[in-house]
Amino acid sequence: MFRRLQTHQGKVVTVCVEGNDVRVPAGDSVAAVMLAMDLLPTRTTAVSGAPRAPLCMMGVCFECLIEIDGVANQLACQVQVSEGMRIRRQHGAGDPAS
Amino acid sequence: MNAPRELVIIGAGPAGMAAASTAAGLGVDTLVLDQQPAPGGQIFRGIGQAGPAHLELLGSDYQAGTERVASFVHSSADYQPDTAVWSLGADGELGILQRGEARMISARRVVIAGGAMERPIPFPGWTLPGVMNAGGAQVLMKSSRLVPLDGVVIAGSGPLLILLAWQYMRAGVAVQAVLELAPRKNLWRAGLRLPAALRAGHYLTRGLGYLLALRRAGIRVTYGVSDLKAVGNDRLEAVTFRTGGREQSLETGNLLVHFGLVPGIQLTEAAGCRHQWNDGQQCWRPQTDAWGNSSVDGIAVVGDGAAIGGAVAAVHAGCLAGLEAARALEHIDAAERDRLAVNDRQWLQNDLRIRPFLESLHRLPETLLSGTADDTLVCRCEEITAGEVRAAVRAGHRDPNQVKFITRCGMGPCQGRQCGQAVANIVAAACDRPVSEVVPFRVRPPLRPVSIGELSMLESGNNTA
Repeated sequence: MFRRLQTHQGKVVTVCVEGNDVRVPAGDSVAAVMLAMDLLPTRTTAVSGAPRAPLCMMGVCFECLIEIDGVANQLACQVQVSEGMRIRRQHGAGDPAS
Repeated sequence: MNAPRELVIIGAGPAGMAAASTAAGLGVDTLVLDQQPAPGGQIFRGIGQAGPAHLELLGSDYQAGTERVASFVHSSADYQPDTAVWSLGADGELGILQRGEARMISARRVVIAGGAMERPIPFPGWTLPGVMNAGGAQVLMKSSRLVPLDGVVIAGSGPLLILLAWQYMRAGVAVQAVLELAPRKNLWRAGLRLPAALRAGHYLTRGLGYLLALRRAGIRVTYGVSDLKAVGNDRLEAVTFRTGGREQSLETGNLLVHFGLVPGIQLTEAAGCRHQWNDGQQCWRPQTDAWGNSSVDGIAVVGDGAAIGGAVAAVHAGCLAGLEAARALEHIDAAERDRLAVNDRQWLQNDLRIRPFLESLHRLPETLLSGTADDTLVCRCEEITAGEVRAAVRAGHRDPNQVKFITRCGMGPCQGRQCGQAVANIVAAACDRPVSEVVPFRVRPPLRPVSIGELSMLESGNNTA
């Protein structure tokens, strides 16, 4: 679990995480938001349903795959939050039916 | 496709920024493509937003980035952030992805400055949420001011371990333990390289300073650790390890691991550059000459993407590649290039004197590289264990690419970035061959997943850069 060093004083945006509106620093990646809110695991795997969370934070491990604005398999660590963004944990391959 | 750009630089870390500033300063039409939202690379992540307190907390190496980024921003180079490169041909044609649109651009010359990644070492429990790469956690601190809430265990090998522990200590984070997994006998080998390292002694002084500060704060650095395991059901609950012949266990919610850096070779592999095994750094690297030129005409590679040398060396190597680009594009002649290169070449040589010492000190044992337990996942994407890789070798598939076809190991979304080196090491050991003789996973575009929707923009003719 992570905490913020200082209270954020800069620009904030409102995003919808797992159906709840939250205000987060504008420069955060989606992965940072999930880790700050301690919403782990951020996904389950397509192969066995195992729980996973962001690992590399630099776009090379693809462990942080997540659903953003209804589109699955986005890299949470490479996408910055924006106003009104909808973020959901991803289950398996990201098919809404799964 | 538009007219080719003179020079396209991939990556805006220390090497890419330096190459771009240098080339643009000599009149070269320079385009910089960066996967990140702002310049600085991983080492200077978030530096544009960092206030004085944050700069002070992260230390002098990070602070140096302010000036580097400013001089890049003030150059005439055309900077395009949030841009992923998904293909690179030997002819200088690049497939890029920007704002959900794929397009092709063309360059007369390409400098790859894509940097390094943390060396993936599979160990039991490494896929559990709560286990993260230490460099990744440092990115969270740099760009989002996030630090572990409760305790944290930092494990692996490399200078980053004590730097991160020191930064966390200053931020008031409870560092439960720092576990160094390189064998103790490395100290002797490193000792032989100490005299040369003393000529880049500021690195040693700084490292010792961090160690002393940690000791004064009562933070334990344990050497000669083995058998690292992350334990938990759906989430990390504890870390177990062996030291001094005894098994130990620490309850923790955060394990940060780091086993050094390795060049990211996806782009150079895709472009058909020749690679060689770098025994000192225990990884592959693209072959380069003294100017960063790869084996493919018109493609250079500099910085930690060529060989791990750190941020300062990357700056000097970047300047040299910028000069060489200006020469190749006929903005300056060879004599002018050589004259302008004198200082950077000297500084580069001086700075790299620390490397043989660090490489010997943090050399990883074969148990970590190829001794992965049979039931440990090697391929995180396709969930293939070391045992399955060995079984494939026993069945006659004595090559990483054959193992890939037969097991799907390396065929998931990360395209073998995480498992490629481990598979090569395990296959080599199982075949009783040196890993330098093994052919790594072949890399083909797209280098990252691109959707049909994104690719469809290529058809529409909407492909101006």
